[in-house]
Amino acid sequence: MAVTFTLNGKSQTVEVDPQMPLLWVLRDTLNMTGTKFGCGMALCGACTVHINGEASRSCITPISAVAGKKIMTIEGLSADGSHPVQQAWMEEDVPQCGYCQSGQIMSAVALLSKKPKPTDADIDDFMSGNICRCGTYQRIRKAIHRAADLQTSKSKSA
Amino acid sequence: MTTLLSLDRRTFLKTGAAAGTGLLIGFHLPTFAESAEDQEKKNPNPLNAWVHITPDNHVSLILGKSEMGQGIMTALPMILAEELSLDWDKIKIEQAPTNPAIYEHGTGGSGSIAGSYLPLRRAGAAAREMLVSAAAQRWNVNRDTCKAADGGVLHGARKNFLTYGELAEDAAKLPIPDFKTVPLKNSEDFTIVGHDKRRYEGNAKATGKAIFGIDSHVPGMQYAVIARCPIFGGKVKSFDAAKAKAVPGVKDIIQIDAVGEGAFSAGGVAVLAENSWAAMQGRKALQITWDEGPHAAESTDWLRKQFLENAAKPGKVIRNDGDADAAISGAAKKVEATYEFPFAAHATMEPMNCTVHIRPDGAEAWVPTQAPQWAQDIIVGISKLPRESVIVHTTLMGGGFGRRYMGDFVMEAAQIAKVTGKPVQVLWTREDDMQHDFYRPASYHKLSGGVDTQGNLAAWKHFQTSTSIDAMWSKNGAEHPENSEFATALFIPYVTPNYRVEYTLAQSGVPRAWWRSVEHSSSGFIVECFVDELAAAAGADPYEFRLKLIGDDRKIPDFTNPKEGKPLDTARLKNVLKIAADKGDWGKPVPKGIGRGIAAYFSFESYTACVADVSVKNGAVKVHRLAYAVDCGRPINPEGIRAQVESAAIYGLSASLHDAITIKGGRVEQANFNDYQMPRIADTPKTEVHVVMSKEEPTGIGEPGLPVVTASVCNAIYALTKKRIRRLPIRGEDLA
Repeated sequence: MAVTFTLNGKSQTVEVDPQMPLLWVLRDTLNMTGTKFGCGMALCGACTVHINGEASRSCITPISAVAGKKIMTIEGLSADGSHPVQQAWMEEDVPQCGYCQSGQIMSAVALLSKKPKPTDADIDDFMSGNICRCGTYQRIRKAIHRAADLQTSKSKSA
Repeated sequence: MTTLLSLDRRTFLKTGAAAGTGLLIGFHLPTFAESAEDQEKKNPNPLNAWVHITPDNHVSLILGKSEMGQGIMTALPMILAEELSLDWDKIKIEQAPTNPAIYEHGTGGSGSIAGSYLPLRRAGAAAREMLVSAAAQRWNVNRDTCKAADGGVLHGARKNFLTYGELAEDAAKLPIPDFKTVPLKNSEDFTIVGHDKRRYEGNAKATGKAIFGIDSHVPGMQYAVIARCPIFGGKVKSFDAAKAKAVPGVKDIIQIDAVGEGAFSAGGVAVLAENSWAAMQGRKALQITWDEGPHAAESTDWLRKQFLENAAKPGKVIRNDGDADAAISGAAKKVEATYEFPFAAHATMEPMNCTVHIRPDGAEAWVPTQAPQWAQDIIVGISKLPRESVIVHTTLMGGGFGRRYMGDFVMEAAQIAKVTGKPVQVLWTREDDMQHDFYRPASYHKLSGGVDTQGNLAAWKHFQTSTSIDAMWSKNGAEHPENSEFATALFIPYVTPNYRVEYTLAQSGVPRAWWRSVEHSSSGFIVECFVDELAAAAGADPYEFRLKLIGDDRKIPDFTNPKEGKPLDTARLKNVLKIAADKGDWGKPVPKGIGRGIAAYFSFESYTACVADVSVKNGAVKVHRLAYAVDCGRPINPEGIRAQVESAAIYGLSASLHDAITIKGGRVEQANFNDYQMPRIADTPKTEVHVVMSKEEPTGIGEPGLPVVTASVCNAIYALTKKRIRRLPIRGEDLA
């Protein structure tokens, strides 16, 4: 079945099993490997992408469900890592193994779009679906606050 | 010395590296310049083996270890760059090819820095000396008037400067200095080592561009998932592939055999497809009848019964100073306690995977592995190709923690690739990963001790029974199963004339291996919780009690490896204990509803101490704050050290705050992160890590942060509730 959607701002059509999750379409069909497989059951958040701006678990989202929708993956955030959340991630030296970080960053971007100045409690609540086995959570918290500051100063100067 | 009779020396070395000093008594992680084998090796040309410099002055440093998040891609090149006087921000890192003549590939046992520090300094210094000589020859000046600076060679008087790029070709042809005598930089002049550096591959990991094993993509590649017998030791009796073959996208079904000692792969039925999803759907459609094998009746209850039976009888005596039983019976205060640990899973975020292509003329593999040399051995063995035509690319790893030292997933991919002749990626699902791990051993410990009227430790007695790691590897059924199970528990820092340790092996069909900090994960908990119990019995402050029992400054030999293991330096242990106590506000008023606990421990030749603040509410523990002090010798990248300790704390809590791996019907009962839960961001305490700026030789830090975390947390629970936690994970009923 052919499914057409917008992927990182460009129209994309794929011809796959309609039940195939978006995650595997991204990874295996389109060879966009920034989005990761962690659990297959929406328990760990490694596969987080944005569907129409909402943080969503691509591992349980059938491709048929995204027809006509706007998908953004880590590759669409910025070409060079210049997005404030990515900048904050590097400045706080968040990643260790790094495997979960695409999903963490996509969740953090979604959080900041809803709450530009989140509290620690907001962060703990929104980010609770993303597991980091290296335990970088403390730095994730700091990086989200830093990204909030970066975004504010960016919008002020803009 | 060796308990691994069936393994060749190379495998033996690698295994030792994975387990630190615990697995192999008398064996110490070899360094490039020191191991017996290496003494016969010639010094490699450092301008090929360790540094690549192009004529247009692009400098690459070669990484002979695997990056799994521990920061080795940053810290090891820092050491090379320091001796080379390079601009850190301009260098590139290349992963070394598998070549045991040059590199010690195995990455484990928190040994990369300890084992590489001097060899890498020597390699970097040798390269620098060659570049300086090349410049002196070019200018026709005395080489003593030339010096390396800022990525080139400077002749001060003439104000001449040549970049390394301009010199590399000439330098590579010069005689190679003797690595043992090459002059090393004065550590006082270090500008890179000891300074905070951000992770080298941080940008790649923040942009999704980092390529992990699972991201390997080879043209024409097929994706495979494997149905393994859910019961450990079971095999395929028969199977019907008709329905699986009918699943769209499924290309092939291949049965692979289990491979025993060394690989420990389960075998099973592989479904090959044009994408991962189709392979998973195909696997669901397989109809397999299993031969359940000899372990189908094993359960956690059965194992516990075995533990209790073993504990009712004396064990093999491992250490016996004085007369512990007599001293305990005569002691002013006596304490007895039993401690229990379940199996624990590694649960790396990136599930196991391996990509292999075996052609008639050669093979290539992309492997997220801590043991690339072993991966090559396996592919050579299966393909029967000459070693030099088998290329193994070590990829980034989504966590290792010891799991990726194993070769089972490589064996599976090699077996399939050998049959198909096409590139194949074997992918494990989370359920595969959870149910076919090599688990941290389950164990049961009986501790007894006594304190005399002066508050001294009259005796310490420790009986352990466990499903040993070593027992998996020894051909004739565990000649020395205790070797992998005690570590520092055999030479505690607390002075006592009466010290007895016993061990009994428990039988199990559940695979075991090295889980972050290996035996220290249980030993650290037991020693540091039991000494806390003794302090309470003595009516002493837990911190003061430890300082008193550690006593004078002295060096306690590594009991299992007195010749080669670094001794426990009590001055350094007391130092971290004091720093943690100070930073963790020990002795100061504790907020209402908070308990404060302490622990200190020696592992991987490093010293850690931690003060924990916790609260208990509705049968659950919340950890609010951890104040760590760590001494791992000269810090290479202090920021990387802090990150590793923060990480080890959360990893340790993962096995104490939530779930256990339990066995029923010979299989693991848990399958995914819903029933084997991980700490999440809300579980994360405020963690501060104070790094001692030591000038001692650098030692490990990937693991040493772990053993103290749960001990300090449980000691804090006691301080708050007067309940002792003696079995993990912490259960609500034990807090009530």
